[in-house]
Amino acid sequence: MKRSRAPYWLALPGWLWLAIFLVVPIAAMASVSLTTGNLIDGFAQTLSVSNYSDAIAKYSTQLVRSLVYGGVATLLMLILGYPVAYWIAFKGGHRKSMFLFLLLLPFFVSFVLRTISWGFLLADDGILFGTLKGWGLLPEDFHVLATTVAVIGGLVYNFLPFMILPIYVALERVDPRVIEAAYDLYASRFDAFRRVVLPLSLPGVFAGVLMTFVPASADPVNAAVLGGTGNTMIGNIIQTEYLVNSNYPTASALSFTLMAVLLVGIFIYARALGTENVMEAAAR
Amino acid sequence: MSEAIPAIELDGVVKEYLSHGETVQAVKGVSLAIGEGEFFSLLGPSGCGKTTTMRMVAGFEEPTKGVVRLHGQDVTDVPPNKRDVNMVFQSYALFPHMSVWENVAFGLRRRRVPDAEVKQRVGEILEIVDLTGREKRRPREMSGGQQQRVALARALVNRPRALLLDEPLGALDLKLRQAMQIELKRIQREVGITFVYVTHDQSEALTMSDRIAVMNDGLVEQLATPREIYEKPASKFVAGFIGTSNLLTGTVASVEGAGAVVRLGAEDRILVSGPSTAGETVDLTVRPEKITISTEQPEGDLSVVRGTVNEVVYLGTYNSYAVGLADGAEIMVFQQNANDSSVTAERGDTVWLSWQPQHSYAL
Ligand SMILES: Nc1ncnc2c1ncn2[C@@H]1O[C@H](COP(=O)(O)OP(=O)(O)OP(=O)(O)O)[C@@H](O)[C@H]1O
Ligand SMILES: [Mg+2]
Repeated sequence: MKRSRAPYWLALPGWLWLAIFLVVPIAAMASVSLTTGNLIDGFAQTLSVSNYSDAIAKYSTQLVRSLVYGGVATLLMLILGYPVAYWIAFKGGHRKSMFLFLLLLPFFVSFVLRTISWGFLLADDGILFGTLKGWGLLPEDFHVLATTVAVIGGLVYNFLPFMILPIYVALERVDPRVIEAAYDLYASRFDAFRRVVLPLSLPGVFAGVLMTFVPASADPVNAAVLGGTGNTMIGNIIQTEYLVNSNYPTASALSFTLMAVLLVGIFIYARALGTENVMEAAAR
Repeated sequence: MSEAIPAIELDGVVKEYLSHGETVQAVKGVSLAIGEGEFFSLLGPSGCGKTTTMRMVAGFEEPTKGVVRLHGQDVTDVPPNKRDVNMVFQSYALFPHMSVWENVAFGLRRRRVPDAEVKQRVGEILEIVDLTGREKRRPREMSGGQQQRVALARALVNRPRALLLDEPLGALDLKLRQAMQIELKRIQREVGITFVYVTHDQSEALTMSDRIAVMNDGLVEQLATPREIYEKPASKFVAGFIGTSNLLTGTVASVEGAGAVVRLGAEDRILVSGPSTAGETVDLTVRPEKITISTEQPEGDLSVVRGTVNEVVYLGTYNSYAVGLADGAEIMVFQQNANDSSVTAERGDTVWLSWQPQHSYAL
């Protein structure tokens, strides 16, 4: 029988879309990142690699800060999100889809608006802290807004569902009989979790970490709305260089640097914590 | 086995589920005792409560009412990881992320058996189930029959005092099934552990078991040896479920001592013990292979009915006749092709069917 070519043709529009709207802009940006000049005189392609070294030298603090904030936020999301995913998957009963819907409900409100409303919530004299201070439960000079805590808190709040959903999907696929088999073979509840449930959910954890760490590290909104001057992240710098300073080469070079750092990070993460490896370890 | 403490004992066990606000009784009151080293089967149609009964023995379900005892000890409230029985699941439930070796070693490690002993025991059991050399494989890299044997080894390696098997051969094709039946029997003899075997396949239960509990709709209809269940089914349901069976309904014409004569049509005369009042309506059963088919009226103290051949089918080792009776009922007759395979009667012939009186029972 002749193999059907239909799948190839059906995939073609998708590939074209990706080629035009992903590859072309990236290539264009790569080219821009090597130019010199300014908005008034125009930019000329000079293949100046120094754009990169200059940008990194100038903004290394923000770059490192972004990775740290992104990393801490991701870790917090994992700690907060796993139990929620577990609870929905195993205790959600026939209300599972309702819980998933509730989880996604905030997404019906714009990302920026959600973050701004967090700003109101955390304001020094806002509904939360204002009230608590009024009752004398908090000292007058207590504040959260414009601190690291607020930025990381905002990141956790905004990206948490992206951690929960893939973990939920992985847990949902675990056959309950397999967990029963662990109990039947003398495993305690903890053992059954550690040796069976956790390893089987690792592909979900892996996906969840990628889906939260990458956007959280690059996010400009939370730092802009909830952070102060000391919490600027690399996303803010790129935005400012591009939109305010019209310094396209530096903005592009920073974007590429961030992309490269994230890719290397992901690669190391996949290598060191590859699901196969962790599963092997858990099976011992 | 009557005096010794039974390995497994269920005492008035009831299991109710709440589903969509309604109470469903999956098991409606089961009492049975399984002896040490016995091969015991739970047999019944789909949904009759076999798995539920088994899960209560394993500890995955708590009975709504009643008591579960293992070796005389009340374990009704003991969790599964503290019960000295192991289960082979209907779908095997192997750990997909572990190798064969790790799957089998799982139970021993949870019990903190020293490494050297784990190694030795896992090696031994893999040899028994003929999987030596496949230790490093993952379950998904194995055939259904191999996975089945891993599941068996994973349970047996712990040397439980009883092994619970829930339709362990259900997913295998006929050839492999038959091979594994023999294999299971051999392993059971070798390890000498009590096996509780759930199946809805009557021939499997008949060939493998020491005793069978036939279940229907949450209750045990009959608990006896395979021979007894086949030869002397205790109810209409058992007669119909085990093998091919002819069910007849007739009226008691006369009672003579311990026996009665039951009539279907004017020329019929079925001898049965049991019914004691003339005029009573009785249900009878007789197995197809017990019946002799002839074109002349047979002599002697036999049960005899008259009918017309509706269908003759040649089935290799035997011929099968479907004979219609005067009252509209149809009787199946199997005739062994021992000497010659020619048929006694053709479609449309009028024939006499006869059998020894002890082969029909009033139900
Ligand atoms: N968790 C449950 N909730 C509600 N009803 C259940 C539950 N488990 C089983 N039942 C019901 O109890 C009855 C017995 O189920 P069980 O699984 O014991 O049957 P079974 O004899 O093992 O059948 P099969 O041969 O199909 O495996 C069925 O009618 C089933 O629908
Ligand atoms: Mg079942």
